[in-house]
Amino acid sequence: MTDARASLTADYLGQVKRKRLYGGILLILFAALMTSGWMVADGRNAGGFWSGLHRILDFPTEILSEAAQNWRNLPGLFIHYLPSLVETLNIAAVSTLFGAGLATVLAMLSTRGLALWPRLIPVFRRMMDILRAVPEIVIALVLIFILGGGPVPAMIAIALHTTGALGKLFSEVSENCDIKPVEGLESVGANWLQRVWFGIIPQVAPNWSSYALLRFEINIRASAILGFVGSGGIGYDLKTSLQWGLGKYDEVVAIFLLLFVTIMIVDHFSDRARARLVKGGRV
Amino acid sequence: MSMTATAPQQMLHTTITHRFAMRKRRALAVPVLIVAYLIYVFFAFDLAGLAGRARLDNGAILLKDFWSYKTHVTRDNRSGEVSVAVEGERKGTYPAGQAPDWVTLGAVTNIALPGGAHATYDGPTARLDIPDFGRVTVAPDGRQIVLTLPDGAALPDWISAAPNRVDINRGKWRFSMTKSRTEVFRYQPGWELFFFTIDSPFHGKSLGDMIALALWEPRLDATQPNIVAMANGFWTNRMWHHDQVFGALGETVLMAFLGTMGAGLIAFPLAFFAASNFAPARSVRLLLRRLFDFLRGVDGLIWTVILSRAFGPGPLTGSLAILMTDTGTFGKTFSEALENIDGKQVEGIASTGATTLQRARFGVIPQVAPVVLSQLLYYLESNTRSATVIGALVGGGIGLLLTQAIITQKDWEEVCYYMILIVLMVMVMDSLSGWIRRRFIKG
Repeated sequence: MTDARASLTADYLGQVKRKRLYGGILLILFAALMTSGWMVADGRNAGGFWSGLHRILDFPTEILSEAAQNWRNLPGLFIHYLPSLVETLNIAAVSTLFGAGLATVLAMLSTRGLALWPRLIPVFRRMMDILRAVPEIVIALVLIFILGGGPVPAMIAIALHTTGALGKLFSEVSENCDIKPVEGLESVGANWLQRVWFGIIPQVAPNWSSYALLRFEINIRASAILGFVGSGGIGYDLKTSLQWGLGKYDEVVAIFLLLFVTIMIVDHFSDRARARLVKGGRV
Repeated sequence: MSMTATAPQQMLHTTITHRFAMRKRRALAVPVLIVAYLIYVFFAFDLAGLAGRARLDNGAILLKDFWSYKTHVTRDNRSGEVSVAVEGERKGTYPAGQAPDWVTLGAVTNIALPGGAHATYDGPTARLDIPDFGRVTVAPDGRQIVLTLPDGAALPDWISAAPNRVDINRGKWRFSMTKSRTEVFRYQPGWELFFFTIDSPFHGKSLGDMIALALWEPRLDATQPNIVAMANGFWTNRMWHHDQVFGALGETVLMAFLGTMGAGLIAFPLAFFAASNFAPARSVRLLLRRLFDFLRGVDGLIWTVILSRAFGPGPLTGSLAILMTDTGTFGKTFSEALENIDGKQVEGIASTGATTLQRARFGVIPQVAPVVLSQLLYYLESNTRSATVIGALVGGGIGLLLTQAIITQKDWEEVCYYMILIVLMVMVMDSLSGWIRRRFIKG
């Protein structure tokens, strides 16, 4: 009895020891990767971390002091940049709409028990994986070459990425939903579209809208960045103001503020809406 | 059932019909609103004008260049020298006297072209034999370029002739002559010189030859085994720069790794002070919450602009930009995870007389570790994609190479190569993070 207990204790302690050893090794490995990684990144950067650290506040001070001097311009600048901001928001909204629409189709076609062509499920899954993996900037820059500047290349690029990203989330939700309503509808002779519309959509609508809202938040950021790299919206204005440099910093501050406030407002309302959609209660 | 329904029933009936009508109207209103919005966007984005601005010919060039390359056979009309170069680049030029098998160099240069066409450079004169059309002669005459068509032929739409320049475009090959140079471009499928450049001893060898060379044939270069020479030749390929490309991919993954893990390391301890059940004071908690919101709300775009002013372009700036936004995101999610833990475990540990640190280590961390780790892995994967975009902004990693290749507007085969590599990189990170999550977190 005591022997058994003693060996049990020894076994347990041995296991604990081994676990600690593995944990320790992982920790050391991680620390080594982090330090060497930061050193490599530091070495390949144009300016070093330590030489730049004390300058980190220089640029914000510079632009803020200029904006403080010309604070009377700010309201006018806000109004001036409002159309660009609306364009950025439009790019995000339209691409979320189109992306969500395409994602719905792809998700339905790749959900087990619901797919029109069950054999093609892996094909549609792969399609979503690829759409998700292509960064927006790749498609946007290529499309700018073909379509010229403006909001459309960014819109298409973000919509394609959204299709992949939402398609995966949508199909995860619809995989988990109750298939009985679909069977019931099938038994009364409903066609595929009716089965999806009355059997699945009511079940998944809250979760899907919540994911689409989250995606909208992400897409606003993406559309601002794409504007900076290539085409329309407030990102492009930011780039031109920055290139101008000194003397236009009040514009930079106005754009920063507009972006910041918009993102905060959208995040706040979409947070609340999502909480309501998913939990059903008021938050 | 009596005809006189009781009042409550009547009321129920009216409210329900009323509600149904409301729902119906609302269900109809949503698509109507969406359609109205799309019509507005149609005009706001000037989609009608887009058709006029679109350069579909650019699209055709791009699609062709993605999977094909062209070889230039150029005669310098001043010196009379003929050179053959892949993509017309100096690095892809054949050594003097060497050419692919469809070009014969000599006093007269003969070029065999697809579709049975044939071009000849005879001194400054170029003769082109085109099936179903006849012989076209192009020759410089003083400052002019003179085009002679077969007898009785009208100028076809694939020849454009100006006094100082003649262009012939047959799809699979093109010809052009100006005063300074005569050029034939031949398009062929594939990515030429992808593995070895022309100066490499392995250029133009078949797969079978390569295997034989790698495994048992004598060394081509006495100083190193063939297989090492092959790897070296591939890695330092001067046309495709595989070493730089893979270095840039590594840089992108590094940015994502440093940014995500750095943000996790900073956010995790801070999350304790921002969680309602651990915060020492309400003010600290609110302050941290606002800080996290601020970090998240200042978009990655703004962070890259501010940080690159201080640190200059490069991967460090990119890592720090990712770190900034993600510290905000992690701070929020981690503190929410901490608020949702089961207090009983912590009480149990406390009852054995554990200190605060021990309570955190054995009571709290085991509960939040799965959430924290899976968040970290998920963001690592998604940041690999963001790092490509941020790389384009801060000038580091594969994003930089990609934008540079796109800006030149001619290296589309390289753009295609980078696109494939980026997609593969993201997919590898995706399955890697998924595998780790399944293996270590879900049990």
